[in-house]
Amino acid sequence: MGRFLAWLEDRSGLVSWTRHALTHPVPPRLGWWYVFGSATLIAFLLQVVTGIALATAYVPSTGQAYDSLQFITERALMGRFLRGLHYFGASAMVLLIGIHVSRTYLMAAYKFPRELNWLTGAVLLLLTLALAFTGQLLRWDQTAVWSVVVAAAQAGRVPVVGTELARFILAGDTLGGATLSRFFAWHVFFIPALVFLLIGLHLALVLRHGISERPRPGEPVDPATYRERYQALLRREGVPFWPDAAWRDVVFGAATVAVIALLAVIVGPPELGRPPDPTILRAYPRPDWYFLWYFAVLALTPKHLETAVIVVAPLVFGAILLLVPVFNKGERSVRRRPWAALLVVVMWTTIAGFWYAGARASWSPDFAAQPLPAQVVRDTLPEVVRGAQLFYGKGCEFCHTVGGHGGKRGPDLSDVATRMTPEEMSLRITNGSPNMPAYAASLTPEELRAIVAFLATRK
Amino acid sequence: MERRRFLSRLSAALSAAAAAVVAVPVVGFIVAPLVRRSPRLWRPVGPVDRFRVGETVAVSFEDASPLPWAGVTARTAAWLRRESATEFTAFSVHCTHLGCPVQWVADARLFLCPCHGGVFNGDGTVAAGPPPKPLSHYPVRVRGGQVEILTSPIPVV
Repeated sequence: MGRFLAWLEDRSGLVSWTRHALTHPVPPRLGWWYVFGSATLIAFLLQVVTGIALATAYVPSTGQAYDSLQFITERALMGRFLRGLHYFGASAMVLLIGIHVSRTYLMAAYKFPRELNWLTGAVLLLLTLALAFTGQLLRWDQTAVWSVVVAAAQAGRVPVVGTELARFILAGDTLGGATLSRFFAWHVFFIPALVFLLIGLHLALVLRHGISERPRPGEPVDPATYRERYQALLRREGVPFWPDAAWRDVVFGAATVAVIALLAVIVGPPELGRPPDPTILRAYPRPDWYFLWYFAVLALTPKHLETAVIVVAPLVFGAILLLVPVFNKGERSVRRRPWAALLVVVMWTTIAGFWYAGARASWSPDFAAQPLPAQVVRDTLPEVVRGAQLFYGKGCEFCHTVGGHGGKRGPDLSDVATRMTPEEMSLRITNGSPNMPAYAASLTPEELRAIVAFLATRK
Repeated sequence: MERRRFLSRLSAALSAAAAAVVAVPVVGFIVAPLVRRSPRLWRPVGPVDRFRVGETVAVSFEDASPLPWAGVTARTAAWLRRESATEFTAFSVHCTHLGCPVQWVADARLFLCPCHGGVFNGDGTVAAGPPPKPLSHYPVRVRGGQVEILTSPIPVV
């Protein structure tokens, strides 16, 4: 063994390089905050391995992908487990890279001389999101099909080149045979190749500049003296990366894999929806959880700001990411950069808030609503009973709740009679409001009277 | 020195030329959908008698030039409404907000969008919610007792 290693070292230099990479000195007492980068890498490697396995059975054709996914899930040996690993691996990667970027920003590890570490990481974040989006589309079911259309519609909002961008996404005038194989190529070849390249660069930069020391208030970064101070710190108190710091990465990384595997077994992969048939119009497209917050943004943005939000906001987000390391000097400790903490907290709570709204999706009509049961209607007066039937039949119940039944798009009408007189109700139903259609043309006077009679009993 | 400079420039130029030879077909192949235009064809969606005046129903038709492996995605749906004995309106199923498929609720005479809550009237005009403009139409005609729809790009802008 010793002779083999000596030969390998002589011919390749790999042994000493590996030893250097593993034992290079790192600052002491790094703690658990530094494990998220390596965990993201582990999640990515898991995606590569499980992705290759899935690709051996997946057929990237719009006509057959759905069938091949059913085969993988239901009949292939451990196919369900594998799909689960790939799904929760993707979820973990998105979550972990988000935490890693936040941690790096909070500790200002992007400051001199690690600006390029940040920039390569920022591109990796964007590529991770691109992988997450394209990966969701490869689950070529009804939701995936409509996600492509929604993506094209968003691209269509871009001024001047919108139509061309949309055509590029759809791979033509409409969805068709060309759409899926292109997304497949992006997802499994092009984007991962870029990710490998950038991870290599990112890690080389980590080795070149060393892992950032834990920030301390009152020790600002000064490019003139930083490197000298950092080297002095390493000489004085430095510890070898392996195993002094790396054991935490290994423990956390192993725990990450364990959690992913557990979720893959217990929860399993997302169910395949209906077939990817664009003529099935009963569809409820929802993105996977990591984009659910953006789904809410699209629903809740005021009409006149919409194009700005769809087109400008991602550009502003990208610009901010790229501009962060321009401020590469000064205090690193978050105690001296309270606005940095504020920004991170605001960002995560905003996403969480939109995420919650997206999960409820109260703006969506509830097509599953059923006719109101008799115990909710209570009254037996023929006109009231007829009104309750019309309340369902005319679609009111898709958007309005009565006695716990119905959608949440509009106000809950369980006690509407305490707020509005019958005259006001008639007026509102006839004329509508910005978020409610006017029913003047689709209700006869008799029907309108019946609905109002029913609503007048709601108190 | 002169010779070295010449050789390094020659090498750079040759590499760039070789890369360009490869890049032209690769990039061209990938952006091809931008220049390739599907033909637009009239597709039958059913005999005139099948549709009743005043009713709106879902119809579907084959895309203009579907690829052999397109499978179910080779077809497109539309909401077809018979206005009178001779007139039809074919609505795109795509909500003008972000493209989700609107659903016709016959009793309420409304199209409802399942994604962000857009609502359209029976004539395609916006009734409520985020859509910025009415549902778009497909050209539709009657030929030889058949209702025909002209295949069109997905309306995205």
